[in-house]
Amino acid sequence: MNPLRKLVDQIKPTFEKGGKLGFLHSTFDAFETFMFVPNTVTRKGSHIRDCVDIKRVMIIMVLALVPAFFFSIWNIGYQHTLAFGLKDWGFWNIVGYGLMKIIPLYLVTYIVGLAIEFASAQIKGHEVNEGYLVTGFILPLIVPVDVPLWMLAVATAFAVIIGKEVFGGTGMNIWNPALLARAFLFFSYPSSMSGDYAWIGGLQKASEGGIPWASGSGVIVDGFSGATPLANASMQGLADHGYNFWNLFVGNIPGAVGETSAIAILLGAILIVWTGVASWKIMVSGIAGGLLVGWVGFIGGATDIPCWYQLVMGGFLFGIVFMATDPVTSAQTECGKWVYGFLVGAICVLVRLFNPGYAEGMMLAILLMNTFAPLIDHYVIEASIKRQARKKVKIA
Amino acid sequence: MSNNIRLKKGLDIPVAGKAALQCERTVIGDLVAVSGCEFRALVPRLLVKEGDSVLCGTPVLADKKRPEILFTSPVSGTVKAVVRGEKRKLIEVQIQTDGRQAAIDFGKKDVNALSAEEVKDALLKSGLWPSFVQRPYGIIAHPDDTPDAIFVSAFSTAPLAADIDFCCKDEVKFIQAGVDAVRKLSAKGVVVSYRKDGKSPLEKLENVQKFYFEGKHPAGNVGVQIHHLRPIRKGDVVWTITPMMLAAIGKLFLTGKVDLMRKVAVSGPAALYPAYINTVPGVKMSQLQDFFGTQTQSVRIISGDLLSGKTVGFEGSLGFKDNQVSLILEGNDYEMFGWAKPIRMSQFSTSKTYFSWLTPWKKYEMDTNLHGGERAFVVSDVYGKVLPMNLFPVYLAKACLAGDIEKMEKYGILEVLEEDLALCEFVCPSKIDIQAIISDGIDLMLKEMA
Repeated sequence: MNPLRKLVDQIKPTFEKGGKLGFLHSTFDAFETFMFVPNTVTRKGSHIRDCVDIKRVMIIMVLALVPAFFFSIWNIGYQHTLAFGLKDWGFWNIVGYGLMKIIPLYLVTYIVGLAIEFASAQIKGHEVNEGYLVTGFILPLIVPVDVPLWMLAVATAFAVIIGKEVFGGTGMNIWNPALLARAFLFFSYPSSMSGDYAWIGGLQKASEGGIPWASGSGVIVDGFSGATPLANASMQGLADHGYNFWNLFVGNIPGAVGETSAIAILLGAILIVWTGVASWKIMVSGIAGGLLVGWVGFIGGATDIPCWYQLVMGGFLFGIVFMATDPVTSAQTECGKWVYGFLVGAICVLVRLFNPGYAEGMMLAILLMNTFAPLIDHYVIEASIKRQARKKVKIA
Repeated sequence: MSNNIRLKKGLDIPVAGKAALQCERTVIGDLVAVSGCEFRALVPRLLVKEGDSVLCGTPVLADKKRPEILFTSPVSGTVKAVVRGEKRKLIEVQIQTDGRQAAIDFGKKDVNALSAEEVKDALLKSGLWPSFVQRPYGIIAHPDDTPDAIFVSAFSTAPLAADIDFCCKDEVKFIQAGVDAVRKLSAKGVVVSYRKDGKSPLEKLENVQKFYFEGKHPAGNVGVQIHHLRPIRKGDVVWTITPMMLAAIGKLFLTGKVDLMRKVAVSGPAALYPAYINTVPGVKMSQLQDFFGTQTQSVRIISGDLLSGKTVGFEGSLGFKDNQVSLILEGNDYEMFGWAKPIRMSQFSTSKTYFSWLTPWKKYEMDTNLHGGERAFVVSDVYGKVLPMNLFPVYLAKACLAGDIEKMEKYGILEVLEEDLALCEFVCPSKIDIQAIISDGIDLMLKEMA
């Protein structure tokens, strides 16, 4: 027998009910099932089962986020060099800086989030749900790089407790927990979540007169603004800052940690659409919705930006690919997914066009549609039942 | 109106152990059981005592609530034991066989000359009445009802299911007689569904309405067929019956005897030589030792198919309507980093998160491992892909869990039995016991209706 298995079997009784560490049962179980697929056999119903489980689904989702994660490491460093004129920084300096910025974000979200997950599983006597692996991976990718860690910790705790556990855990929540954390940050600490200085490592500190770590002289390059494309949402504004469709698409621009690169996001999208982990219907209809409203706005004169720019600016693509498609909080019916996705895309661009004070509409568009998803499903199902009731009898 | 129906959704599970199309042995053994346990909501009443001698067709049990419904012996011999479980629940009546298969003579009859009442009477007295399953709810049909139609599926798509063409090829004459008899009991006669482009010997049947289905499992489930031919709404009653039980009914009228002998597929990944045998319902699984050899402890013995069959164990027996025994190894071992392995070639998954789709020809040696822990409903569109019915299975399951009768009816509890949703359970990444949930839902409906 596998020696690791032997060890696990040896210490298992300690963690079982009545054992010395029985109160840590859920924790032990989480680690055991992480390493070994349990020996549980089917008891009721079907005697055979497909080998896919929620752990597999979740790990694929995490894998899909990895390109955006890697790109963000590089981009954090790259934006920093632009801001402080660090022309002598090579690739490894840039990546090193990115890692030093991003690792603390991940440590905070995973430690705080998983601690709460484990504790609540412990209290309820449940197994630990895997859902947080994805939430915890997404969350650092949608916040500004310089977000104070304590704020991130508070927001994570809020999202996991109020957003998820009070409803009963993964699968029962109404809103996407990662977005809920971001919304919490946005409304509680707006000064750290918006403005031109929030999106590039060290900029906030330098603007206040301090010298940020690893920034050379600590002097911001003359004329550097750090403003995101969304904050300059006109063709002139974009051109003034040197943004064109190509760098918006590649993603070497300021923005929330992982949302900037359309290429990296699309790589992830291919994986989750192919494996069926996320709904392509939501993605397609969301993009259609965004394009349509962007086009109507363009024609109607609300903006001079062609509609396809809307897709690569801000968090549109990241939101529609990774968060609008969250299977728990999106519409459940196939027909409902078309409607839901379309409205997410449409509302996002609508907010962008008509609310310059709050340029990024994606977060609220998804949270709003999360709220309405059950309603969409309700009407889809009612209609289907009515159609079924009208169906003719074929036998004579 | 077209009689061809194409179902796009479904799944044929590639499990190894299909029974070879040969049937060389007759297995009955010295002990055969008559049991009421497999019938939903049935409380049986005992009609014999230990030491009584019985013939094929002698009443052994009756339905306590509807005493005209009898369960008769499939063999001749003497009653050896009455086995009871907790709270004296009647588990089974064991009959010591004498090997003669002597039968009560119910008298040969000309089916075409019989009235509906006479058919009904003959089926009740001979113990063949429990062959009729009522939809909704899957209980034994009520003799006072007149169903709108009687549905028969002439093909089976369940994993490793017995090949109905093979089992029925010598029985067409009897099945025709059975059809002629039972069609008098329903308003619209008998409806038979065939596999499209199949070469079923039953296509010769007359006096039936014929429909042709195309698609993967569960296209062969009679419940799915009814959903497409005649959706069941509140207040509707239809019946279903299997071709094999029709053959038994035909034999009753043509020979005057109860003869439940049938071909049964002994299949499954743990079957040493998967093949067919001739046997009767109630045969003890211990008689099939040849098929699983010495692995008695580690093999699960199932009467029925791998999706919806009942675990009966070594001492258990074949169900009244079953024509399949499935043998499968218990998967009670740990698999290190199973879910985290990039490639897991020995396991089957419909999900593209694994790579089974690369090897569509491969048959898998499946076991009973659950392959994960139970979770809440997370992934939303997996059930729909394998259910060729216009239903919302997650909503139906949630209504059942909540015990909300109104919603259960709305979401289609009248149209389904456990077996129709079995594939949803197979593919569920959250490992939710859908069939058990539906079963509890149906029980609740029955309780509320009573």
